[in-house]
Amino acid sequence: MGVPERQQIQPKRKAKPRWLLHLFPLPALILYTLFVIYPILSAFTYSMYEWKGIARGAFVGLQNFLTLFQVEPFNKLFWNAFGHNVIYFLVEMVVQNGIAFVLAFLIYRKIRGAGFLKAAYFMPRLLSVIVVGFLWKLILNPNYGALNTLLGKLGLEEWAKPWLGDPDTALLAIILVNCWFGIGFAVLIFLAGLQSIPEELIEAARLDGAKGLTMLSRIILPLVMPSLTIMTIFTFIQAFEAFELVYAMQGSMGEPFHSTDTLAVYFYRLAFSGSGGAGDVSIGLGSALAVVLFFIVASVSALSLKAMRKREVQH
Amino acid sequence: MKAGIGRRSLQYLFAYVFVLVALYPIVLMVSSSLKSNAEIFTSPLALPKTFGLDTYRKLWEVVPFADFLLNSIMVSVTSVLLITVTSSMAAFYLARFSHKWTGLLYFYFLIGLMVPVKLGIVPLFLLMKKLGLLNSLWSLILIYTASGIPISVFILTGFFRTLPVELEEAARIDGCSHFQVFWRVLLPLIRPALGTVVIITFIQAWNDFFFPLIFIQDEALKTIPVGMMVLFGEYETDWSLLFAGLTLSALPMIAVFLLASRQFMEGLTAGAGK
Repeated sequence: MGVPERQQIQPKRKAKPRWLLHLFPLPALILYTLFVIYPILSAFTYSMYEWKGIARGAFVGLQNFLTLFQVEPFNKLFWNAFGHNVIYFLVEMVVQNGIAFVLAFLIYRKIRGAGFLKAAYFMPRLLSVIVVGFLWKLILNPNYGALNTLLGKLGLEEWAKPWLGDPDTALLAIILVNCWFGIGFAVLIFLAGLQSIPEELIEAARLDGAKGLTMLSRIILPLVMPSLTIMTIFTFIQAFEAFELVYAMQGSMGEPFHSTDTLAVYFYRLAFSGSGGAGDVSIGLGSALAVVLFFIVASVSALSLKAMRKREVQH
Repeated sequence: MKAGIGRRSLQYLFAYVFVLVALYPIVLMVSSSLKSNAEIFTSPLALPKTFGLDTYRKLWEVVPFADFLLNSIMVSVTSVLLITVTSSMAAFYLARFSHKWTGLLYFYFLIGLMVPVKLGIVPLFLLMKKLGLLNSLWSLILIYTASGIPISVFILTGFFRTLPVELEEAARIDGCSHFQVFWRVLLPLIRPALGTVVIITFIQAWNDFFFPLIFIQDEALKTIPVGMMVLFGEYETDWSLLFAGLTLSALPMIAVFLLASRQFMEGLTAGAGK
């Protein structure tokens, strides 16, 4: 009732020029445009030029993309790394998010020490990825590392391996380290999803006789779908941007024998270290790879967000 | 009943085994840093026999750790300050004034949530070179600020929208300018959301290693994460020293976490929606 009155008074009192207001978003807008949007858009144009070192040459259209996908060794390196990114995503989905969901569910169903559990799972996430990588490199060291020593103490000597030196285990070892790092965050996301389910819904389902697995698969899972979707997107983006951990543990070549190479590591090599597989630093090829990666990440996250919106509206 | 107890203890076993998995490597890192190299190699799993801080003294001498620490603080604190000021001003505008372009502007900021900033690293490198900022802490401050803006605008705009408009109207009737309304009335009210923004962006800046790897060459300008690369490059076999370096790198963040673990966990997941 008082509100309309106020609105009548307001214009008379306002002496300050209104245009000043439009300056409010300006600092954020300028910084964001200059250092986030402009570089990404530039990567698109860079990918269509020939480059000699850091000097831009002639416009070559899609030539860099063709080279990336059709010329050896670039195409082989691309698909090799792409495959590793896919494995990265799948293993994280199953191991990290699978275990995290179970842990979140246990906390949700009341367990003693819930606060401590959450904090403990979350702890690794506080470390810099480079610290995580170096720490685990020491733990996984074949001769003096804690893991092989532990296996020896448990009488499992034959399980001991040069984890990071063997092309069969290196990629998996890195991904599992990544799971160790990320599991606490996933627990928190899932737990938030579980706790947002209205208590009455669970109660009603219980009265209708739902319990155990039926309750989980028919009632709870559909209701926590938004948090599952969010976590899937996060995991996907993170898996396809995987760089730091691989770089810290296996160097920019994705040792041994490119068995841990990922698209982002390959991109780094092409653009900065001049050993993209053959020849010199190639900003053109590197930018083309960045554009491809950009489309993979952006399209998948946009699609899953859209799918999530739809599902949310329906229930 | 018995089956219930059996299942219950299985649940506890599962939950606490993963506590061990999560914490043991960190405990190992700290305890190894207190051991001598000989002790690490002969009994890597045992607790240290003596508490010696010699390794830390040595660490302080062989790498400019104080510089690394100072650089990390300088970069993280400045970026977080810039982010909170610029983002809250933008969010205030987006949440309170509807023009033709506010929706578009909001969407433009949100694009940054989905775009992997690192993919623009080559143009960014050349841009920093042109601006003469390579090998300067400002290159890091600017990129952390810019890349922290989208998530911060997103969180703060959402929070501003939950505040009742009447408050501002009352303040304006009392003669406050837009700026005063923003500064005196709204900013104190959005403190919880600002806390979230501070935590998310601070961790991001503090732990990042990608941008300094590319922008910073000068050893005295390195932040802690890239400083660790120096250490691991030069003292590969001195494990005691390496563990000490890792521990010292991890310590500040863990200390802050132990003081405010709830705010940390809530803050970091707040960006992820419900």
